Amino acid sequence: MTVTSLDPQTLGRVLPNRLKSPVRRFLTSWELLLLVVAVMVFITNSFASPYFLDPWNLSDATFNFTEKAMIAFAMGLLIISGEIDLSVASIIALASTAMGAAVQMGADTPTLVLVGLTVGLLCGAFNGFLVTGMGLPSIVVTIGTMSLFRGISYIVLGDKAYTGYPSDFAFFGQGYVGWVISFEMVLFAALAVIFAILLHATNFGRMVYAIGNNPVGSLFSGIRVPRVKFTLFLLTGLMSGVAAICLTSRLGATRPSIAFGWELEVVTMVVLGGVNILGGSGSIPGVVIAAFVMGMVTFGFGLLNVPGIVMSIFIGLLLILVIALPRLVGRYLARRKA
Amino acid sequence: MVVLAQLQDREDVHLQSHIDGAPILSLKGISKSFPGVKALSGVDLDLYPGEVTALVGENGAGKSTIVKILTGIYQPEEGTITVSGEPLNFPTAQDAGKAGVTAIHQETVLFDELTVAENIFIGHAPRGRFGLIDKKTLRRRAKELLDRIGAQIDPDVTLKDLGIANKHLVAIARALSIDAKIVIMDEPTASLSYKEIEETYELVERLKAEGKAILFISHKFDEIFRIADRYTVFRDGEKVGAGKIADVNEQSLVKMMVGRAVDQVFPNRAPDLGEEVLKVVGYSHPTEFEDIGFSLRAGEILGFYGLVGAGRSEFMQALFGITKPSKGAIRIDGKVAVVRSPNEAIHRGIVYVPEDRGKQGAIKGLPIFQNVTLASLSQTSRKGFLKLAQEFEMAREYTQRLDLRAAALDQDIGELSGGNQQKVVIAKWLATKPRVIILDEPTKGIDIGSKAAVHEFMAELAAQGLAVIMVSSEIPEVLGMSDRVIVMREGRIVAEYEGEALTPESLVRAAAGIEEARA
Repeated sequence: MTVTSLDPQTLGRVLPNRLKSPVRRFLTSWELLLLVVAVMVFITNSFASPYFLDPWNLSDATFNFTEKAMIAFAMGLLIISGEIDLSVASIIALASTAMGAAVQMGADTPTLVLVGLTVGLLCGAFNGFLVTGMGLPSIVVTIGTMSLFRGISYIVLGDKAYTGYPSDFAFFGQGYVGWVISFEMVLFAALAVIFAILLHATNFGRMVYAIGNNPVGSLFSGIRVPRVKFTLFLLTGLMSGVAAICLTSRLGATRPSIAFGWELEVVTMVVLGGVNILGGSGSIPGVVIAAFVMGMVTFGFGLLNVPGIVMSIFIGLLLILVIALPRLVGRYLARRKA
Repeated sequence: MVVLAQLQDREDVHLQSHIDGAPILSLKGISKSFPGVKALSGVDLDLYPGEVTALVGENGAGKSTIVKILTGIYQPEEGTITVSGEPLNFPTAQDAGKAGVTAIHQETVLFDELTVAENIFIGHAPRGRFGLIDKKTLRRRAKELLDRIGAQIDPDVTLKDLGIANKHLVAIARALSIDAKIVIMDEPTASLSYKEIEETYELVERLKAEGKAILFISHKFDEIFRIADRYTVFRDGEKVGAGKIADVNEQSLVKMMVGRAVDQVFPNRAPDLGEEVLKVVGYSHPTEFEDIGFSLRAGEILGFYGLVGAGRSEFMQALFGITKPSKGAIRIDGKVAVVRSPNEAIHRGIVYVPEDRGKQGAIKGLPIFQNVTLASLSQTSRKGFLKLAQEFEMAREYTQRLDLRAAALDQDIGELSGGNQQKVVIAKWLATKPRVIILDEPTKGIDIGSKAAVHEFMAELAAQGLAVIMVSSEIPEVLGMSDRVIVMREGRIVAEYEGEALTPESLVRAAAGIEEARA
């Protein structure tokens, strides 16, 4: 019953694909603005400290953001779909604790990796079930599981720490693939590419955008909204598991306070990357650049011996500025029009 | 009528002077237009103290517009408003309130988290020392008002704990608290139970007895004849009749409502009906609809007519898998089909163009081409990876066919006019190559030009063998487009018409539940 040829006279106009060329679109994009900021931070840092341009120092600097960025990629998709997961840092704690316990039982490195990923997936599934299965708001659910997951770590570990990880486990957080290129850096780059493809070049990514812009309309268009959202929670859990492996490997020990407060840094990274906190828009390249910006700012402050509390003040201000900026610009443009 | 007049005599003798006297509120030559639509052109409306004036008309006749003008939400472009003989204009809702006009809407604007007393006096609460609200007086006066209308409601109860009928009573008490002279009731019984409706009627009698002028908007003829003293009929933004209820009967009112010269042109169709495509048997839902059954053939346009709230959209959404039916089955091409989600419905060839275009149809924020391909991504992709070139091609094909007015395919759908958004939504469904397309109020709120385009396209779809279901509350559209019309009332199919029997009068009667007149 295909709708086929029509009277040519009744046919309407042929529409062009694009109003603006991709180049022009890029020139007015958030990503370009971020890139300029990144370059400025880089230049400022290299003037501020003579140690900054050293390749080994720069390589060290990447550890400031690689693990967080891995979570931020998945979190970016989740926020674009209109949900959020604030339990990611607690998932790291729980996954790390599980790996530590496995070490005490004599687990080898492949088993540890499996444990870390499985715990991440299970935590993501739990969040996903509460949100999509029970219809609860994700911000409340994940504030709850944030306390729950880390609480379990505290009960298991108390003020103790798990150590004694096998020596080959150290590769994930401390290994180098060649010269100054760390394994984490390579993993970060690979995941960036994978997530960019997933969001920007697949049907799944398209559905994520559709859901974020209009969940009801997406349902009415035949998209299985709960299934997509559940998958995103799973992905975020999984990436938290990956980050847990890298971080545990780098530190060589598990304490219940591991990765404390990271959820806010991850969300900051996502929002700084141009993802709309209300859902519907954003890009992986933006998150990647935002990761570099945040990592370099942190590193620059470190080289200048700026205390940690000033850094967190700076991150907080950055977040507010980033959210307020589009609104201020919009207001300015509206006034100029009027 | 006579009885009522006597009742008023007894209760308030001086009111007699008002009866058949001057109107307390008088609208003359009111015009109001919106982009692309003339909502009202030169209408008159008079309201008399102690009398109920029923305002009748089809959906879109201009009833809500006049209410909004009376309550100061819209300003008319032409015309005069006279209250108690003094010319006035209502630039704001507050001015309307000061002039003594208050409205009780179908969904009354009240505050769920406040108490009944606070709701009644919001904005004009009695003040005590230091300008603070005097809670004691507030409660006492609220209680007095509630007693006056015979409402058994505790003034300290939070509003959200009340049922809809009691919320109406609170709204009415609020109307009395500002000493309104003119009370507008916009379909006050639309969502009430039988008993609550009776109570509402009693209340209207009380308000009449207090000398209020009441404008009563209703689609239900039985209640119009029961409580109204006068009527005014609107059709397509014009006043087509007014007078005393005692001088008319249901048939003549219906005729005034619908008896238009058909000014809209509908496509000429020569329906070529094919095989049965869809058969629905005994579809039921616990609260929304019951025992819906019909069959639909290829090439047919089946209209669904009924009043708002008759359960048409709810049934269609169940057919599309949004809500689950409690009973019933469907067959597609003779085979039993289970539809538990929109996704399954689409796979079975049933698609649904929703009434609420902004929320359920268009995905604002996504460009046109992505809206078009959203439901058929499997066709425009390979192994789950997007193929942009194919998406653009598909979008261009269907937007061209529907004569979409837009600048480019990557334009945000939210920037388009309502009619063009509707075209994109229809394009999305055509791209899935459906067997059955359900259009729910397909031309609601869109401009005349797009309307005609949508109608023509529907006719073409049917001609090409699609089975079309059209839910519409616009009688000309139903008559102009449908081969056959099913009328629903209160969740059930009450009538089915085709050919000669399909007349405006028959539709209105069946939808409103009026007995067939014996000529």
